[in-house]
Amino acid sequence: MSDALRYGPAHLLPGEQIAITTNTATEPFWLAAKEHRLTACQCAQCGHFRMPPTPVCPECSSFEVQWPSLPGTGEIFSFAICNRNPANGEEFTYVPVVVDLDGAPGARLIANVTGCDAEDVHIGMKVTVEWTPINDGWVLPNFRKA
Amino acid sequence: MGWVNQDKTAIVGIGATDYYVRGQSQPRTVYEMAAEAILKACADAGISIKQVDGIAYYSGAGMGYTGKFDSATLMEMLGMPHISFTASITSGGGGSVGAVGLATAALMNEDCTYCVTVMALQQLPQARLGTVFGKMAPDPENSFLQPSGLVGPGHLIGVLARRHMHLYGTTRDAFGEVAIATRGHALNRPKAIRRKALTKEDYLASPMLADPLRRLDFCLETDGAVAIVTTTAERARDCRQKPAYVHAVAHGGQREWGRAFTWYGMPDPYFASSGHSFTASRIWRQSGLSAKDMDVALLYDHFTPMVLMQLEDYGFCERGEANDYVLSGKLRFDSATGRGVNGGTPVNTHGGNLSEAYIIGMTHITEAVEQVRGTTVNQVRDCEFALVSGGPAPLPVSSLVLRSA
Repeated sequence: MSDALRYGPAHLLPGEQIAITTNTATEPFWLAAKEHRLTACQCAQCGHFRMPPTPVCPECSSFEVQWPSLPGTGEIFSFAICNRNPANGEEFTYVPVVVDLDGAPGARLIANVTGCDAEDVHIGMKVTVEWTPINDGWVLPNFRKA
Repeated sequence: MGWVNQDKTAIVGIGATDYYVRGQSQPRTVYEMAAEAILKACADAGISIKQVDGIAYYSGAGMGYTGKFDSATLMEMLGMPHISFTASITSGGGGSVGAVGLATAALMNEDCTYCVTVMALQQLPQARLGTVFGKMAPDPENSFLQPSGLVGPGHLIGVLARRHMHLYGTTRDAFGEVAIATRGHALNRPKAIRRKALTKEDYLASPMLADPLRRLDFCLETDGAVAIVTTTAERARDCRQKPAYVHAVAHGGQREWGRAFTWYGMPDPYFASSGHSFTASRIWRQSGLSAKDMDVALLYDHFTPMVLMQLEDYGFCERGEANDYVLSGKLRFDSATGRGVNGGTPVNTHGGNLSEAYIIGMTHITEAVEQVRGTTVNQVRDCEFALVSGGPAPLPVSSLVLRSA
């Protein structure tokens, strides 16, 4: 990308502007995140991972799930570079990333990455989870350059 | 091999309001604009609104992304005596040309005799399409997307475009060429919102909104309404215009694309695609045709990279080769010859969503109809087959081939 722009440090969007909600299928993921434990929804019958969590395994139709502890590392699958805070339109460099999670083949998380300049983010970059407190006592998994 | 309903229905009427820059259609109301488009489509077909007895919507009968059409309201407003088919394709703009298939299903089942498809858009300041996902209240599903700050469709598509660049070496120059070629087609279109020629310098000066996408990679945000009338081939012969036969049509898609850029679980090569390979293969099977048989292609161009990915999904070029295909000028229409440039199939001869107007795919259908009638502005010579696409978006997406009478 020869015409890449200079953006400077990649920031995480401020936690105080982020809110989530949960349901029966997704709550275990967020309860684990509160304890700084990265997990993903796994079928307890066939072992297939699926994210976001859903009630039924799309491979074997089982309703049984388990929530294994993952290493908390991953690899950037793709990303975009954004330069305005969506909450107020002010200049703000952040990098939404799609991350392939280690230990959970096929499961991805969509988050922000920090710990480097935005223009240095690349597909295949290794990342580790970084926990961001958000509204209502929940905690969001973001990522930092490994 | 052949599809049982091939050429058994036809689009016989098209109608549209003026196109307005986002928010500028007020004080008109969205129903009044829809009424104008529907009545114009009926007049174009040479029928009375009293003969319309079916409505086939897409986008969940949506008007834009913020309201819903109600058939009883349309009937009351327009004086339709009765209705015997009223249904919609699900999800969003991906179903636009699928609505023609829905109308065909209704007509072939003898549910109705003249079937309208309509889209009307009016953006109010508090409901811009460009930030629609970010303004949604959090729910358990979008709680896995919204916190990342991917708040607009352009942000979401930027992530797909980046993967295409990574896998195939696709360049920003190719995105720029989509914008420039499409603008070239809008210059002589009287209703086009953007009619000033675009240079590569203009493109490169356009601000980066969701790197790798610049503002000029984004389509317009438009107010207005477009409607079409579909009927049986037999009735079409008595209509005012030359019929545009429904030669092949499909909606749907496969699990690997799924919710697409509101999910991001797609494996390669689907991730960096338009999600159209499933419906593309269906229409090619239905018709026995392929991309090289198309005289013109009206490809849903909400964002420039998705034109490249559709060229690959429909088979205008091999996967990963759209960059070179586009940069060789093959999207462009040559008015001197009435054909494409460099052996290509002209794409979006009406100026597309990027430069003419964005009525969620409807303008692509009306341009295809005018192309096979032989009456459009940038008329492809001897245009027999026109490809039209709906989407790329969460499923269903859709594909249509119209044939000239």
